[in-house]
Amino acid sequence: MKTYKSELLFIQKVLTYILISIFSLIIIGPFIWLFCGAFKNNEDQFNFLFLPMGEGFLGIEWSRLTLEHFRLVLSGLNFGNSMMNSFFLASVISLCSTFFSAMGGYTLAKFDFRGKSLCNGIVFLSIIIPPSLLLAPVYQLLYNLGLLNSYWALLLPSMSSALGVYLFRQTCINSVPDELIYAARIDGAGEWQIFRHIVVPIIRPMVGAFLLISFLATWNNFLQPQLYLQDDIKLPLSVAISQMRGAYSTNYGAISAGTIVSVAPVMLLFLLLQKEFITGLTRGAIKG
Amino acid sequence: MKQPFHPLVPYGFLSPFLIVFAVFMAYPIINAVYLSTQQTFGPDAHTFVFLDNFKEIFTNRLFYRAVWNTTFYTLGSIVIQVPIALALAVMLNQPWLRGRSLYRLIIFSPALIGPIFVGVIFSIIFQKRTGLLNKVLNDLMGWSLDFPWLQEHAITSLLIAGSWMWIGFSTVYLLAALQQVSPTLMDAARIDGAGSLQRFRYITIPAIRPVLSFVLLFSAINSLQLFELPFILFGYQGGAGGEGMTVVMYLYNSGFSYGDLGYASAVGWIVTFMSLIAVLVHRRLIHYFES
Repeated sequence: MKTYKSELLFIQKVLTYILISIFSLIIIGPFIWLFCGAFKNNEDQFNFLFLPMGEGFLGIEWSRLTLEHFRLVLSGLNFGNSMMNSFFLASVISLCSTFFSAMGGYTLAKFDFRGKSLCNGIVFLSIIIPPSLLLAPVYQLLYNLGLLNSYWALLLPSMSSALGVYLFRQTCINSVPDELIYAARIDGAGEWQIFRHIVVPIIRPMVGAFLLISFLATWNNFLQPQLYLQDDIKLPLSVAISQMRGAYSTNYGAISAGTIVSVAPVMLLFLLLQKEFITGLTRGAIKG
Repeated sequence: MKQPFHPLVPYGFLSPFLIVFAVFMAYPIINAVYLSTQQTFGPDAHTFVFLDNFKEIFTNRLFYRAVWNTTFYTLGSIVIQVPIALALAVMLNQPWLRGRSLYRLIIFSPALIGPIFVGVIFSIIFQKRTGLLNKVLNDLMGWSLDFPWLQEHAITSLLIAGSWMWIGFSTVYLLAALQQVSPTLMDAARIDGAGSLQRFRYITIPAIRPVLSFVLLFSAINSLQLFELPFILFGYQGGAGGEGMTVVMYLYNSGFSYGDLGYASAVGWIVTFMSLIAVLVHRRLIHYFES
């Protein structure tokens, strides 16, 4: 009986490892393939699935590999400039949006004031309104304000985020004790000092997570920059790569190289900060 | 306790959020009502057409195609993604599993790269002779190298690319929920002789129900907004006959390819209505399963 059970457990373990590994391969396969593709000349794209086989070290024909695609993408197509644009937009928006959302979330969590439930309703409404409803009217608004083809069109609407306010509200409710705020007030601290020197240090993990969330969201945003920006020199990577895909649709090597250049920075950022990110991401749905 | 803070402080702290809301949300929503009764030619010129936009939309075959595609994609991605994500999360939650965080990292990684980049990657993966998918399937089981994914199997291609991108996202949520399930409750049930299926059905599922419900709703709402993937894979018209056309692409084309922001606002209201239906169906289902 006992051996039967432990055998069953063993089979279950092996099966689990096999299934998870197969799934991980399916997920990671396209990345590896893309990486190999970026270094292959366009003739080898047809002949070899991954790297070109041959006589070299590890059975790979290293001499057939080329940096041509990266050269085209970085100097010919000016992806370096687009990357700076993406960095600029993502940094400014994530800093501002995190700061203002934290302020809003803290207020909704810890203050009693007239219109508080209305404000909570506004946050909820902002989260559930489908973004596509706003496309046409916001475009018209930005046109009337004369902001099209300028970064203000992307920066201003993203200065604070309803999702951010909601997440910071939950965090403050769960982890900032009321007594601490009362005590600070009795000691004569101003409201701004309380927020800056007491609340922010407590909610620091969420600050980190939301910085990363909004950085990624801006970096990956396509529709707004595609609609609002016209000059090539201003385009972020998401729009640049879509245009490149149109113009070089059969140059698979160049497309692979362009995609790697575009996603590598956020991948690295995530690898450095993954723990904070996942905690922050799941915080909204799971109380804990 | 009397309020010890200045009464204007909360409004001051909330003002950045409220200003952004008023200018870039409340005003545009109200304006969307007005705009949807207009025919516009670019952002400036417009004429009042009352409900003609909606009449035109509901007699347009391409629109029905877009609604069908979007609905099919939404249902398909829920049916495919949620069970797989749940199975993965349960496997990743096994206490004896080694390398959990590495697996989690790998499975989650596609969610980091935006749909536009996923679209670009899959536009070359689905290529006939050079694409990864046909080549691997050819090596494994003699699949035809000329299988026309993008040309004739538009929605299947979208479901494959969408699942690759989003399954890890749902898995991370479900895993976080599973890790909160009380181990003492599990042990108690085990001592009482409950089998693993019974424990899953009567302890795990009720404990993770809120998160499961969130994942379902998120997948549905998110799928209804499908735009970037088909935009890259099939072009802005969704392929020759609109095989890959979605409702948001239809909105994009009417507003920004043909320049009729009024018509686009009308489509926007229909998208909103579809999301509302999704929320109501979701509530009904939750209610049904709870009683």
